[in-house]
Amino acid sequence: MTELLTVTGVGKTYPGAPPVRALADVTLTLRSGERTAIVGPSGSGKTTLLHVAGTLERPTAGSVRIGGEEVSGLSDAAVSRLRARRLGFVFQQFHLLDHLDAVQNVALGLLYDGTPAGRRRAAAIAALDRVGLGGRLGHRPAQLSGGERQRVAIARAVVGRPDVVFADEPTGNLDSAAGADVVALLAGLADDGTAVVMVTHDQAVAAAMDRQVLMRDGRIVSDDLVVGPGAPR
Amino acid sequence: MNAVRPRLRAADLIGGGLLGLRARRLRAALSALGIAIGIAAGVAVLGISASSKANLLSQLGAEANLLTVSAGGGVDGSPVPLPLTAQPMIAMIPPVESVTAVGYVPGVSVRRTSMVPAIDTGGISVLAAQPGLLGTLGGTVSHGTFLNAATARYPAVVLGAVAAKTLGIDRVTPDTQVYLDGQYFTVIGILSPVPLAPEIDEAALVGFPVASRLLGLAGHPTELYLRSLPDQVQAVTSVLPFTANPAQPEGVRVSTPSSILAARARAGTALTGLFLGLGGIAAAVGAIGIANIMVISVLERRGEIGLRRALGAARWHVAAQFLTEALLLSVLGGVIGVLLGAAATAGYAVSAGQPVVLPTAAVAVGLSIALGAGALAGAYPALKAARLPPAEALRSA
Repeated sequence: MTELLTVTGVGKTYPGAPPVRALADVTLTLRSGERTAIVGPSGSGKTTLLHVAGTLERPTAGSVRIGGEEVSGLSDAAVSRLRARRLGFVFQQFHLLDHLDAVQNVALGLLYDGTPAGRRRAAAIAALDRVGLGGRLGHRPAQLSGGERQRVAIARAVVGRPDVVFADEPTGNLDSAAGADVVALLAGLADDGTAVVMVTHDQAVAAAMDRQVLMRDGRIVSDDLVVGPGAPR
Repeated sequence: MNAVRPRLRAADLIGGGLLGLRARRLRAALSALGIAIGIAAGVAVLGISASSKANLLSQLGAEANLLTVSAGGGVDGSPVPLPLTAQPMIAMIPPVESVTAVGYVPGVSVRRTSMVPAIDTGGISVLAAQPGLLGTLGGTVSHGTFLNAATARYPAVVLGAVAAKTLGIDRVTPDTQVYLDGQYFTVIGILSPVPLAPEIDEAALVGFPVASRLLGLAGHPTELYLRSLPDQVQAVTSVLPFTANPAQPEGVRVSTPSSILAARARAGTALTGLFLGLGGIAAAVGAIGIANIMVISVLERRGEIGLRRALGAARWHVAAQFLTEALLLSVLGGVIGVLLGAAATAGYAVSAGQPVVLPTAAVAVGLSIALGAGALAGAYPALKAARLPPAEALRSA
């Protein structure tokens, strides 16, 4: 399996009095087609790890490599370009723009990688089809259920065919049925070789992933790969 | 990694900016209004003054053939009166259409009654005039009649517009009289203002016969007004000094009052500057309003900023987005302002019977100011949005 993203010896300390250490010496490798759940109690550093691995935050120690490229030396524009092309994000609060319809929201996922407007729209429609929302193209977020909104957000995350999709508590605002749909959809993304990383505190959700990474106090306390798709590790 | 740098196209930027504004229409409209009012004030002031000037110039253009000949000083500085032959000689110049003479009566004051002290002249001068004066100047009588061959012989007086106001006379009745050099003259008429000869406005006009009989005027004219064929003005001007006073041509002053007025009309007025300043202040206040709205917008849209960063927006993309929104707001305000200013100009000019003139410079400057205001107003919020760390923006939303 290809190593898509590697986090090595990463630490993150927020300045203040006293300084807050959110991550300490975390090492994690994400491979293509891998489904990873990051679990742990509140404040254990799950979301911070996701942000650091997703280049939304720079670590204070260690290194992050994406596709073999060391991120820490890159400019803001270069890191942003990396996010636009290689990474996708799904959030608990969906973060859909209220005044845009489903297609426009999904098309935003291609806005920053230089895709022309016509192709963005076509790709957005295809992505919505893939998540089962082909009949909701012109609906605005307010006209969609919670589960549908999160599926629009997933379509937006994958419309650019990223290497890695990060999902931060994607089921946190959903009822259990809608949550199960969303988890199944995210898990299915790995079939195409995408690495899926999901932060959750819901054991049932985590169980749907192949690999469970347990965090506590900013450290990985266990990393248990259950099954890898394709060849075993 | 692909070496091609992904760019945000202008259409995407503007489209995104419009989306941001469309989501908050009332707010956008209100914040654009401030700029609009400032720009409208500026455009209207410039437009109205340009329309008034165009009107005055078009009027003067029809009357640019008025010439005045007045008594000047000789080579030694002593006054040189115009000879009695001046008027008939000038009348013989072929392109001269009409000529009329005015004689200043020195040392005579006009008062309402004999009870008013002689020192209170009110600045009114007494001029002897001919019945043809009004026709040559293109003036009109607002009340009563002008001098004619009969009234020119008797103690009758026609007051200029300013003189009448100074004396407090606003209508003409058979017993309206003024006290003029020891006797009462009957007021037979009041003139409308004569823009080409403001000295007439401040004068009391009597006939030459009565001036020489009762006021001691020797009969020498002090000023001649004449009209020439419009295309012969230059030629007539050049021969006037010799014709008016062959013995002392250097003692004759020739002027074209319409060209002086035209020059004055082209110059701006202090009031225009004042209104432009007020318009500028309104535009500045509008720009501050836009800055304020944009700062609030950045605070409210932290989640959106975080999301866009996660989707791959670089800092400059976020800055460009907010700057574009500010620019669109201010340009929207500028366009509305130009339209309002143009409407005000048109309304004023049409109601005043003037041609509608909207200087392109005013429109261009108005829009440029709007653009500049938007750039200034949007710069700080855009930087603030761009500097927001993406993880923090997502967490706080």
